[in-house]
Amino acid sequence: MDLINFEATELRLGLPGSKDDQTETKAIPSPVNNKRSSPEMDSSVSDENDSSRSPPPTKAQVVGWPPVRSYRKNIIQAKKTETIYIKVSMDGAPYLRKVDLKLYTSYEELMKGLQGMFKCNIGLYSEKEGYKSEFAPTYEDKDGDWMLVGDVPFDMFLTSCKRLRIMKSCEVIES
Amino acid sequence: MNLKKKHRTTTNNTNFTFPEDIIQHIFTFIPSDNDRNSLSLVCKTWYNIDRYTRRSVFIGNCYAVSPGIVYERFKDIRVLRIKGKPHFADYDLVPDGWGGYLYTWVVEFVKMYPNLEELRVKRMVVSDECLEIIGRCFKKFKVLSLLSCDGFGCAGLSAIAANCRTLTELDLRDCETDDVTGHWLSHFPDSFTSLESLDISSLSSEVSFSALERLVARSPNLRKLRLNRAAPLDKLSTLLRQAPKLVEFGTGTYSDGHAEIRPDLYSGLAEAFSGCKELKDLSGFWDAAPSYIPPIYSVCSRLTSLNLSYAHTLQSPDITNIISQCHSLQRLLVLDHIEDTGLNALALSCKDLQELRVFPSDPNALVANVSLTEKGLVSVSEGCPKLQSVLYFCRQMSNSALFTIAKNRPNLTCFRLCIIEPQVPDYLTCEPLDAGFGAIVENCKKLQRLSLSGFLTDRVFEYIGTHAKRLKMLSIAFAGDSDLGLHHILSGCDSLHKLEIRDCPFGDKALLANVSKLETMRSLWMSSCSLSVGACKLLSQKMPRLNVEVIDEGADLDPRDDSCKVEKLYLYRTVAGSRSDMPSFIWTIDQDPVAYRLKNHPNGL
Repeated sequence: MDLINFEATELRLGLPGSKDDQTETKAIPSPVNNKRSSPEMDSSVSDENDSSRSPPPTKAQVVGWPPVRSYRKNIIQAKKTETIYIKVSMDGAPYLRKVDLKLYTSYEELMKGLQGMFKCNIGLYSEKEGYKSEFAPTYEDKDGDWMLVGDVPFDMFLTSCKRLRIMKSCEVIES
Repeated sequence: MNLKKKHRTTTNNTNFTFPEDIIQHIFTFIPSDNDRNSLSLVCKTWYNIDRYTRRSVFIGNCYAVSPGIVYERFKDIRVLRIKGKPHFADYDLVPDGWGGYLYTWVVEFVKMYPNLEELRVKRMVVSDECLEIIGRCFKKFKVLSLLSCDGFGCAGLSAIAANCRTLTELDLRDCETDDVTGHWLSHFPDSFTSLESLDISSLSSEVSFSALERLVARSPNLRKLRLNRAAPLDKLSTLLRQAPKLVEFGTGTYSDGHAEIRPDLYSGLAEAFSGCKELKDLSGFWDAAPSYIPPIYSVCSRLTSLNLSYAHTLQSPDITNIISQCHSLQRLLVLDHIEDTGLNALALSCKDLQELRVFPSDPNALVANVSLTEKGLVSVSEGCPKLQSVLYFCRQMSNSALFTIAKNRPNLTCFRLCIIEPQVPDYLTCEPLDAGFGAIVENCKKLQRLSLSGFLTDRVFEYIGTHAKRLKMLSIAFAGDSDLGLHHILSGCDSLHKLEIRDCPFGDKALLANVSKLETMRSLWMSSCSLSVGACKLLSQKMPRLNVEVIDEGADLDPRDDSCKVEKLYLYRTVAGSRSDMPSFIWTIDQDPVAYRLKNHPNGL
């Protein structure tokens, strides 16, 4: 069934005055490259602007691929201690994200990643002033306490962080 | 005009009417939903009898219908099976807050069906409050099965344990249970002895083992017990000795963390397993230590189902030793550690095998970490004549292998192949895998479920549309060239029920050319394709009985702009109208575009 016949028999439900949209009939080289850089891809994924047919690099964590359920991934990951998936929420945002803490080697990188994911400004932590920006990242540690991110060395943070919550700075009460 | 009044009897042809109570009695022997649906179409009498006597309802999409609509037709339901989120929620493609709340159903059902006995739920959000209501209000409640659900914690489970006096089954498989801690198990009263089935395998934290032991000891009808990872190995034998009639058993962590075997532990396990004469199904085996595997050998010959997919520490020789003894095996779930050699052994030893699932031990590895290729699957397809259902993760595939599999196993009903790297061609010829999958759909005439992977052009969809006439569920990722591909599917697959697509160059044309097809299906998922807002609007306008939901996680959507790309679309047929519990990140045509935009961009955009 060649494309010309197909077009002749299709239902024309175009909007009034619109011309035939040519973009769909052209074979798109690689569906992955067709995407805008989507917010759910981890910040480690490089911007895919080239139109070559190469498959995406496997190190890049495409969301939901390969289709392995998270409880299986978590076992695998926990086994290899190569990734640590935790949930991240942000006050005011309607959705939760999962982030792999092992992708980051420092608080700076983590903040950059979170900023990219939630499109917000967090900035850096200073002992005296805390977070100067609108948002402050907090985390729940192993004991169930909520702490401000940045108060312990990064490696210690990696092992004790159970989930992250980006709060509005005005709501953070330091004890 | 004079209308002659005909003297009517209750039936058309004869003076004899079959007594309704006999029909009713006959109907009790016909529980299947499909058969009941057929019965109800015969005549009004039968329709009405079915209304009052149907006891079980299956709702494949909780938003396709409402509790009120269900009650209007069926007056005395005892068993509800219901599903919520789209399948791709399993792979994190559906954002939290999407919906699928069981609460909405339970709160109505307590009023409508106080005699409800069974709830079997899949992919829904089940809150503690919901579970509390179930525990309190359904006095005859017997079965709670939550598959892949989330949203509940300790409080909910405690309420179930404390209040459901006649509970026989509690199944929490694959649920997200980070918030479940504490001693909810202890809330089962001492007088509670009716338990037949308990599956807590997905619980991430410890349960009180002494409470569990006491529960098992006072449950003489217990046939199925699946422990969670936190259950230690040294408690296993005592547990098994309390429940020698178990038919299905799932261990916890199957090692004691030490390098040397403890002889007492070893012999305890051997004795306990050999004491379970009815055991047919084994699972669990987290971190399984090879040295503690021989104790299960006494059970192997009777096993019909074995799940080793959590046993990351078992290598191919260990796995081969086990399955070589499982001559009655019908179902095997295993990691790719089994390798081609293990699969060859499977093909030789397990002639009754019906279902095989091979999971990747390291899905993110750049190259294969184990020696598992397409050859293993070909081997099993040759050696196992009853093989019907396959889920196979691998890193290479060829058209010739697929030809062979198709030729060997025309009885396949489910074929899900996942070549881990997207768009990988036939590794021998570098061609697309179109012909191989084409052979599958052409030969396997009973195929109901298919998942594609590898490098595929529009051609494969032409084959599928032409041959896969019984196909009900199709999953497509990173495949195809153009709308023609999707058009082949929608116009050709007569039995298509669920279609899920991600990262394919399918746009508006195929959807708009096949609008009426969409109402014959349960649902369609399309993400990272080339759909536009304009097409979604047209679809909604044209098909009022479809809910067309655009998921706009990144708040990028501008519904005023018809050319704006739609990142995620989920559409489904419904008789309940648009849903009232949509989160702010879902846009439908009912919503004013300007208002939607303002809601997601309060600072104005």
